[in-house]
Amino acid sequence: MIAENFDYSAPNTVEEALQLIAKGGKVLAGGMSLVPLMKLRLAAPEHLVDLGRVAALNGITEDKGSIVIGSMTTHHQLESSALLRASCPLLAETASLIGDVQVRNMGTIGGSVAHADPAADYPAALLALEAKVRLVKSSGDRTLAFSDFLIDSFTTALEEGELVREVVVPVETAGTGVSYQKMLQPASGFAIVGVAARIRKTAGKISFARIGVTGLSSCAFRAAAVEKLLEGTSGSEEEIGKAAAVVADGVDANSDIHASSNYRSQMARVYTARAIQAAVSRAA
Amino acid sequence: MATTITKPETLVGKRIRRKEDPRLITGTATYVDDIQMPGMHHACIVRSPHAAARIKGIHVKAALELPGVTAVFTGADTKDVGPVPCGASLPGLRVPHHHILAVDRVYFVGHPVAVVVATDRYIARDAADRIEVDYEVLPAVADPEKAIAAGAPAVHPEWPDNVAFHFHQEGGEVDKAFAEAEVVVKERITSQRLIPTSIETRGVVADWNTGDKSLTIYSSSQIPHLLRTLLAMMLGLPEHHTRVVVPEVGGGFGSKLNVYAEEALMGFVAMKIGKPVKWIESRRENYLCTIHGRGHVDYFELAARKDGTMVGLKLKLIQDLGAYHQLLTPAIPTLSVLMMPGLYRFKNIRADIAGVFTNCVPTDAYRGAGRPEATHGIERMVDILAAELKMDPAEIRLKNFIQPEEFPFSTGTGLIYDSGNYDLPLKKAMEIVDYKGLRKQQNDSRKQGRLMGVGISSYGEICAFGPSPATPAGGWECATVRVDPQGKVTVGTGASPHGQGEETTFAQIAADELGVDLDDVLVVHGDTAVVPYGIGTFGSRGTAVGGPALYYALQKLKEKITKFGAMLLDSESVSYSGGCCTCSKTGKSVTLGEIAGASYRAMKLPEGEAPGLEATYFWEPPNFTFPFGAHVAVTEIDRETGKVKVARYVAVDDCGRIVNPLLVDGQVHGGVAQGLGQALYEQAVYDDSGQLLSGELTDYAIPKATMMPWIESHHTETPSPVNPLGVKGVGEAGTIGCSPALVNSVVDALSPLGVRHIDMPLTPEKIWNLLQGGQQ
Repeated sequence: MIAENFDYSAPNTVEEALQLIAKGGKVLAGGMSLVPLMKLRLAAPEHLVDLGRVAALNGITEDKGSIVIGSMTTHHQLESSALLRASCPLLAETASLIGDVQVRNMGTIGGSVAHADPAADYPAALLALEAKVRLVKSSGDRTLAFSDFLIDSFTTALEEGELVREVVVPVETAGTGVSYQKMLQPASGFAIVGVAARIRKTAGKISFARIGVTGLSSCAFRAAAVEKLLEGTSGSEEEIGKAAAVVADGVDANSDIHASSNYRSQMARVYTARAIQAAVSRAA
Repeated sequence: MATTITKPETLVGKRIRRKEDPRLITGTATYVDDIQMPGMHHACIVRSPHAAARIKGIHVKAALELPGVTAVFTGADTKDVGPVPCGASLPGLRVPHHHILAVDRVYFVGHPVAVVVATDRYIARDAADRIEVDYEVLPAVADPEKAIAAGAPAVHPEWPDNVAFHFHQEGGEVDKAFAEAEVVVKERITSQRLIPTSIETRGVVADWNTGDKSLTIYSSSQIPHLLRTLLAMMLGLPEHHTRVVVPEVGGGFGSKLNVYAEEALMGFVAMKIGKPVKWIESRRENYLCTIHGRGHVDYFELAARKDGTMVGLKLKLIQDLGAYHQLLTPAIPTLSVLMMPGLYRFKNIRADIAGVFTNCVPTDAYRGAGRPEATHGIERMVDILAAELKMDPAEIRLKNFIQPEEFPFSTGTGLIYDSGNYDLPLKKAMEIVDYKGLRKQQNDSRKQGRLMGVGISSYGEICAFGPSPATPAGGWECATVRVDPQGKVTVGTGASPHGQGEETTFAQIAADELGVDLDDVLVVHGDTAVVPYGIGTFGSRGTAVGGPALYYALQKLKEKITKFGAMLLDSESVSYSGGCCTCSKTGKSVTLGEIAGASYRAMKLPEGEAPGLEATYFWEPPNFTFPFGAHVAVTEIDRETGKVKVARYVAVDDCGRIVNPLLVDGQVHGGVAQGLGQALYEQAVYDDSGQLLSGELTDYAIPKATMMPWIESHHTETPSPVNPLGVKGVGEAGTIGCSPALVNSVVDALSPLGVRHIDMPLTPEKIWNLLQGGQQ
């Protein structure tokens, strides 16, 4: 990599990291997006603050009905965590479909959510999970709903000098069926569309549906209209198809050399139906 | 005197692991970028961001002011260096002067404009960013059909029609065949631009010795000797003071069968600064500036009788050349024409090529080089004809194949096919897949609304380039065999293997002939100071031309060995076998080591013989070789998404006699991967202004291991009569056979919807559109 000159720091604690980024340091959190940009000189940070050695930011723990994931936890740690697979399988499944093995060994959940690539996989799952993000700054911590944290393409609520400390997801309620289904762009492995679904049934009817969609538009979103159409149905193929059919309504779909907006919208419908179908089949 | 050792078996024909692998998989191989030299400088090239522009000025002062920057050169400095050579000649060919750095105009995005030389690579790159070029942007054209339409911007202002050449070839009685035909099918078939994507990009180290005025160029190349000859010419150096060393090469696929501006430019820089200089191509540069492949728009017409007998083929071929001719650019589509009749008997052919300039990087040889395009065309047309006549695609092929007794077979394109038995691989493939069963399964699955397809490709190709008169720079190959005083063997080959495994296959051949162990043979190549002149490795010629050269050098050497043996055994009746010369009368023998020792000690010499054990042979092949085979692909289409699933892939390849089945399988697997890449994923996409949109691996989809089907690789062996080894070549077979098999399979799956052709790549979106009843 022949990047522009930059200074490099590798702090050991969150406090040290905050001091460095308060002075204008750019966070390096795995580097799976930042480093390629630096390679092409599309990004040229003067000072990189590598969070890789901040032990406090790494790990997956259970805390009072929630799973707390340190921002520097790698995708591979997420996909292979026994705790996560048992207690929040949707996120583990999503992590397992990111990029390739090398990317999953380097990339982190905090790096991904802070970068906010519109084709990243996590946002679909985190929206469906109604996840929270704990942010830290020298002046104190704050917690945001992930849906408030994510603003637009490459844009989040992170303020100057602020770091993602943790991502918090609920321990999945027993009986919930979950699935993440993704059509991948064959060159990059990013999502052309990716859909996360969580479904619960009560007395044979869908009583709870959470659908997150990524890749379709400039920002991942919760498909509230789909959820509404699903709730109260039995989850038949026809009902699922009907609900999934509205996923792209009113959405300004992306278009690029890999998929036109029309095709992407159609694939959003297909993958929404598939994610719901899989989730329904896994729901108790 | 030792007793006779009889080697129980031969090595040729055995699955033997490659001798080159231990160094490759333990990280001890040396690639260009591994080369370090005292005082070595680093170069970074400033390239045009525009596809067409006039250069109004280049401001280099800010770059030169950066500490560590040694020099900056622009087109004004290098304009007297010879042009980047085009080795192909065609009647009336327009050859633009291809300066190594743009002089007053740029012709494609990535066109080199200036070079910065600095003490390290980072400084060179930083300085390159400080160079400002004033461009007057001009209209560009990136599509060959648009380029020949009225009113298109001229790529080269001196040739406003954008046509570099027209080429016409005709055989038989085409008009008569078409007039008498009972059915004629027509189709427009494209072979999209592809990016060769070797894992190792290009790279050059140039080292100028000011004392003895000699230049050494280290380059990731397939053709060290041709490169030496042409670089010496470009730089005005005597060839004996020019040395080219090709270290390990991490993939070429034809993209390194070339002479590039950067190779001469680094020589120029090293001579100017008197220090070694290194340039390593970035992936971005590799995609923008190393040749692309394919780039065809083909209009085919196939004439036939109602019984399926094909009688004639017409082709109008529009070749996207890009902005310049690289080494073989204009010759590549002529290879397509040569192979356009495929494996079929009809001789009435007519082809018209229009070679068209566009504001894109030049196209040139990429794995298969003209033959994948030809095979894709004829194999698609045969399927289209079969569909038209409601015939089975296997049946129509078997009906039209040239038969074994017709060889050598003169084609309508002027070739002489050496040997073949085309029914064999197709019938074998059909048996392996249970063709009848598959068709039944397809019928059943259609009733369930599923879209399953079976696709056949019966391909032929032209290998072992080639007889010298048919090539731009000689088509022979050379080998030297040297037995050292210990009796160990070193083979020097002029072919320049770069991943094909000839260090192993040539060792097998030499070990068998000399009766020594595989480990007793070392194969060296790639350094013009070490091995005699050779042509290189491309066009599946390494073993098919370099192998026979080695074989004949070995025969020559064995004669000398036998003479020394006879002298040492003091007998007239000696023969050499199993590593020993043995007297048939006494049974006494001497080993190769003993003979070698005696030949160098030279206390006594056989009459008329010189000391030492070494032989060199230059072999001129009498003909090309023509491998063939049949690939069958079974696919299923996801109706909802248009995604293609390759359920089964069977390749039956006949590459003549097989030297090492393990390596042949490897070649087939890699070849099929690249054919599948073209069929399903890959496409160099330029926008209308000539910007490359698929400019990185994140946007250009080469198939990864997880995207590959299981390849069932089988063989038939029909020896070539062209060379004593019976070998034909297999480097490109997989690529050539694969894409039509896949496309035929997908079209077959979609045929109930009335689909008869789809252009590559078969993206899910294209197929989905067809499934909606629309256009691809």
